[in-house]
Amino acid sequence: MALFRSTPIAPLEYTRKLWMRSWVGLTMLFLYAPLLVLMIFSFNDSKRNVVWKGFTLKYYEKALNNDSLVEALVNSLTIAFLATVISLIIGALAAVMLWRFRFPFKGLVEGTMSLPIIVPEICLGVAFLIFFAKVDWPTDLPWPLNLSAITIAHITFCFPFVAMVVRARLASFNKEEEEAAKDLGATEWQAFRDVLLPHIKPGLVAGALLAFTLSLDDFVITFFTSGPDTITFPVKVYSMVRFSVTPEVNAASTILILLTVILTFIALKLQGVKGIAETH
Amino acid sequence: MTDTKAPIIQIRNVSKRFGKVTAVDNISLDILAGEFFVLLGPSGCGKTTLLRMIAGFEMPTEGQIIIDGQDMSLVPPNKRPVNMVFQSYAVFPHMNVTDNVGYGLRIAGVGKNEIKDRVAEALELVKLGGFEDRMPDQMSGGQRQRVALARSLVMRPKVLLLDEPLSALDAKLRAQMQFELSDLQDKVGITFVTVTHDQDEALSMASRVAVINKGEVAQLAAPSDLYEYPANRFVADFVGSVNIFEGKLTLDEPDKAAVDCPGLGKVYLNHGVTGPHGADVWVALRPEKIYLHVPGEGKAIRAAAQDAPDGHNLARGTIKGMSYLGDITLYEIQLEGGQIIRVSRPNLSRHDQEDFTWDDKVSMHWRADSPVVLLS
Repeated sequence: MALFRSTPIAPLEYTRKLWMRSWVGLTMLFLYAPLLVLMIFSFNDSKRNVVWKGFTLKYYEKALNNDSLVEALVNSLTIAFLATVISLIIGALAAVMLWRFRFPFKGLVEGTMSLPIIVPEICLGVAFLIFFAKVDWPTDLPWPLNLSAITIAHITFCFPFVAMVVRARLASFNKEEEEAAKDLGATEWQAFRDVLLPHIKPGLVAGALLAFTLSLDDFVITFFTSGPDTITFPVKVYSMVRFSVTPEVNAASTILILLTVILTFIALKLQGVKGIAETH
Repeated sequence: MTDTKAPIIQIRNVSKRFGKVTAVDNISLDILAGEFFVLLGPSGCGKTTLLRMIAGFEMPTEGQIIIDGQDMSLVPPNKRPVNMVFQSYAVFPHMNVTDNVGYGLRIAGVGKNEIKDRVAEALELVKLGGFEDRMPDQMSGGQRQRVALARSLVMRPKVLLLDEPLSALDAKLRAQMQFELSDLQDKVGITFVTVTHDQDEALSMASRVAVINKGEVAQLAAPSDLYEYPANRFVADFVGSVNIFEGKLTLDEPDKAAVDCPGLGKVYLNHGVTGPHGADVWVALRPEKIYLHVPGEGKAIRAAAQDAPDGHNLARGTIKGMSYLGDITLYEIQLEGGQIIRVSRPNLSRHDQEDFTWDDKVSMHWRADSPVVLLS
């Protein structure tokens, strides 16, 4: 009996209040219902994606056998990977520079760096279209070099996010730790590697995740910078949907969702519980 | 072993300016090998800047710092024979205790086995045996400080610098650490240079103290000299608690002197002060060196007469404030001239504090060697 005796709900025990629980439930529903429907209907044995007709895996087969769709997916993942790595380096260095040094026009530099975040994507897309046309960027390069234009465009809008996240992380860094490392004999680089880098690691992981997903699902800017041979996944899906929304699209999207979930999981694992504990 | 009388750190005419602000103003002093040296001063007096210049984190605007005979002007912090314990301890949060303490040795390329031995030895020294695998966030502030200490001591520096080492600890732990630090310094024989704003800390640990005020050395002396023979009003007031009265020097002979203080009356001393006759001077009188008496009794006068045969150091007043501090009771007494004088009295028996209370008329006397005459 004693086990089930319920204590009265304390004023701050929100998790035990009905209205709080239903609010959380509604939020979850709102966020994930569309995704769930998309995934469920990827198994629907019907050409039209409206009524449930029965379970099948044939659309997965179809999607994976669709060469242009697979090619687009590979392109997207390649671009996302390259853009993430380069954004990470540029973004982290920019963050450290802005955090550590004082120099003339620092405010201006800081402002222009976050510009790609606030400028509407459509404007960036058009800007890149004009830019690459003006500089006569070669379009007939072999794979993966033909993805360079899109990758450059993606880096442009990804690295400010990395810089922002890393900068926020740097704000909590105790500069005495770096001085302590130097005091114990470390050079500038050793102190960076052994003390500063471990501190900003959670920021780097978060920034990488942000950059990767931003790049992977970007449509607008990619649409303006991609050529006929450099179709990315979102652009391909868009062109498929223009004819009809088949379960094939659902299947491809489900694969993509799965991929990102796995990647996120790995990234969080890499960061470790310790990294999260250190954030205090 | 190094000669304990030789200076290990020579600070020569060092100034540091940040823009228009002068943090350190032409300081010259020698720190001797093997001593426990304390830089004491209020916040913003430049003591931390001086310490950071010794460590190499700040460069002097002018002057020279010589450590162990070597000019440090162009030597970066990672190449100096000194190590620092930071105010925040700056223990690396992502490394366990062993890795923290062994960090400097790893950087120096010391062999694995030697690192292991020296880390164990250092941890033993700071009484952290058994904590090898702990992460810093699983330790208390006091334990983290020991990690920082071990991390510096393991490097066997010529000089250990400590920036406000006890300021973040609670009162009990602070008192304990004061003893432990002195003890540790005795054991390892390394020169310690500590920065603090806490006079108790300075008095209890130091072999010598430099009191810093506004970027300049106000006085450099052993703790007891600092307290009993302050050189000026700043030191008298900053180190300990003191009553200061303005007056004129009316008598100054080799074996006696007298100062006429409008607030206190005539103050007699049993030694000369070698000040200019008739000059404006200040008399400093510590609260614990004043005896309290119930007035009307001849005892006070007799006691005073015995202590100062050439002139009685006597005063009368009314108790206006009292604070009972357990071991002592502090009285604020309004003198007949209106000024307030502070007197402390040890509670030698359980009922001592009942002897005097608010608005009581009292007499006071002090010995002729108690007052200090300050010329500035």
